[in-house]
Amino acid sequence: MLAQVVFYVFAAVLLLSGVMVISVRNPVHAVLFLILAFFNAAGLFLIAGAEFLAMLLVIVYVGAVAVLFLFVVMMLDIDFTQLREGLQRNAPIGACVGAILFAELVMAVSNWTMAPAGAGGSVQAAPGLTNTAALGTLIYTHYVLLFQACGLVLLVAMIGAIVLTLRQTGSGRRQNIEKQHARTREDTLELVQLPLGENVLEQGGFLRPGTSYYEIAVPGSYGAAEQPKEAEKEETGA
Amino acid sequence: MSATSVNWTLALPEIALALAGLVILVFGVLQREGKGIVSCTMLTVAAFIGCAALVVVSPDGVAYAGTFVNDGFARFMKILALLGGVVALVLTLSYRTNDRVPLPFETAVLILFSTLGALIMASSANLMTLFVGLELSSLSIYILCALERDDVTSSEAGLKYFVLGSLASGLLLYGMSLVYGYAGTMAYTGLIAAIQQAGALPSGLMVGLVFIMVGLSFKLSVVPFHMWTPDVYQGAPTPITAYMAGAPKFAAFALFLRVMSGPFGTMAPRWQILIEALSILSMVYGAFAAIPQTNIKRLMAYSSIGHMGYALMGLAAASTNGVRATLVYLAAYLVMNAGVFAVITAMRRKGREVTSLSDLAGLGRTDPGLAAALAIFMFSMVGAPPLAGFFGKLMVFAAAWQSGLYVLVVIGAVSSVVGAYYYLRVVKVMYFDAASEALDRPARSLLFVSGSMGLATVFFILALGPLMAMARQAALALGG
Repeated sequence: MLAQVVFYVFAAVLLLSGVMVISVRNPVHAVLFLILAFFNAAGLFLIAGAEFLAMLLVIVYVGAVAVLFLFVVMMLDIDFTQLREGLQRNAPIGACVGAILFAELVMAVSNWTMAPAGAGGSVQAAPGLTNTAALGTLIYTHYVLLFQACGLVLLVAMIGAIVLTLRQTGSGRRQNIEKQHARTREDTLELVQLPLGENVLEQGGFLRPGTSYYEIAVPGSYGAAEQPKEAEKEETGA
Repeated sequence: MSATSVNWTLALPEIALALAGLVILVFGVLQREGKGIVSCTMLTVAAFIGCAALVVVSPDGVAYAGTFVNDGFARFMKILALLGGVVALVLTLSYRTNDRVPLPFETAVLILFSTLGALIMASSANLMTLFVGLELSSLSIYILCALERDDVTSSEAGLKYFVLGSLASGLLLYGMSLVYGYAGTMAYTGLIAAIQQAGALPSGLMVGLVFIMVGLSFKLSVVPFHMWTPDVYQGAPTPITAYMAGAPKFAAFALFLRVMSGPFGTMAPRWQILIEALSILSMVYGAFAAIPQTNIKRLMAYSSIGHMGYALMGLAAASTNGVRATLVYLAAYLVMNAGVFAVITAMRRKGREVTSLSDLAGLGRTDPGLAAALAIFMFSMVGAPPLAGFFGKLMVFAAAWQSGLYVLVVIGAVSSVVGAYYYLRVVKVMYFDAASEALDRPARSLLFVSGSMGLATVFFILALGPLMAMARQAALALGG
């Protein structure tokens, strides 16, 4: 009884927050509702006895994916009202497609017969095995090849992201770590006694050492042509 | 050996190749900027050859809880894919972008991982393995297409291929989930049992099968799922185009053959008509749409669409002979296709790549060797005896005829004649048009590839006996 009540509460909140995700005006709010939806789905998993999936959902989706979404929403300058206009214009077509898909689903489900449990090679967990242990056996023993291959897919994605976006050009300003470590306080820090109402610059201070960037930069990463000009600018500009 | 045992040594070639890829990646990162491509490429070639040796000696069997299978068919396809990879790698060696810089060293690593995906696909015994292998292979290629990122057409190729490829992957996954839902399993052996058990075939299973076919047809660039091919072939750096026309196609074909004649083999009468339609559309479209092309890379894209149509003919026959014919066809296609792309990579004028057909004008006088090689490949693509392409076409036509697909054979013959027009036009431009400015002297590695592939095309007949025997074994492994 209690389980049913809890189920309906979680399910109702899940559905509501799902609707809110696509209907609220502010994209940040949409992401926050998405997080709420994830939490409620995790609750449903808990009721179903899939505690490992529940934790996974919270850690992976709430902890990583949703935060990433939040970053994307905040970092990218997307005009969401404009997107919404398109939505309204295409709503009839979308509704038609949705209706067709729904009809198809109904047709598919109406002549659905469950396959006999464990038909063909599916691996049954031994009794007394926890969910986590059973999943571990599946992923790391039976399907270890696929698991590792998925890892390679992620590695390829990472290589791709780097090779397509990293530009070793003048604006790179890569640090030379050894030089960076070898610097002392005296090289970079200057203490100036300031009388009240006086500006640092007027007392002979500087905004930043004119040479500091390219002294510690990897040769070439700073852009050879720009070096003297920019150093000069820093000094005179200061 | 039970189906659930891990039996990990069966995947030794794949594991070794993956480890080699990781080592080469680290090695490349440690090289000085822009310097690693040659050494990384050579290391990758070595890794491919080592992997091929491991493939040859790898035993038969099922491993990893029935997700991975190794048999004669897998070995045949893996060797083809590795060969295609090696040829593409050799082409990257001398390639320079329009900014006169070599491709980054990641090219070699990505080609390695893509080929690894192809190997996993060839060995799939489960729809999950199929999908993971396909994604590994495709994802690497999306990136490879966009490698010349300062070139608009290259970026366009990468983006277009990525978007459409993701859509195809989605359709494939949808089909798989339907099949899983109706059969209760994703293992091929389980699917065979489930289909035999079910008296009347559930419609969901058939729909799922169609979706899987659509997804795979996209990867094969078969009409009507070919839209991406010309743009991507044209935009991608030429060695990458050469690679795309090779290894991934073989892998997708391996999947097609394995899935269709394995788990869905008993449903053959139902899908035969679909494969026939795909084959006819591809052959006809490939032949007619290529006629107005003026860019040789686009021309090769349409040519590859047509060739996939011919190769599908063997599958449409739905017989052991048909599978054997398709395998021989693919082997012949590998040889002549690699040769053509070696010549295209060699087409440079003052260090810049030229890809227009008219740039070939007078090549017969300015560079007789290269022109002769290209002419051989073109005649082989037409299917002129006694070159490689002839035997491939002969075998698929014969297999389709034996299975009573007379319409298919007639249409194939007609489109073959139409295709001859644009292939021979290339020969005409080279030998009979007024000479334009001479091309640059090609790099030695390109001469090596085009020369050796030319010889292989001419003397294909000598290797035909053993090749047919191997293909027959592979086809039997698939049927049995």
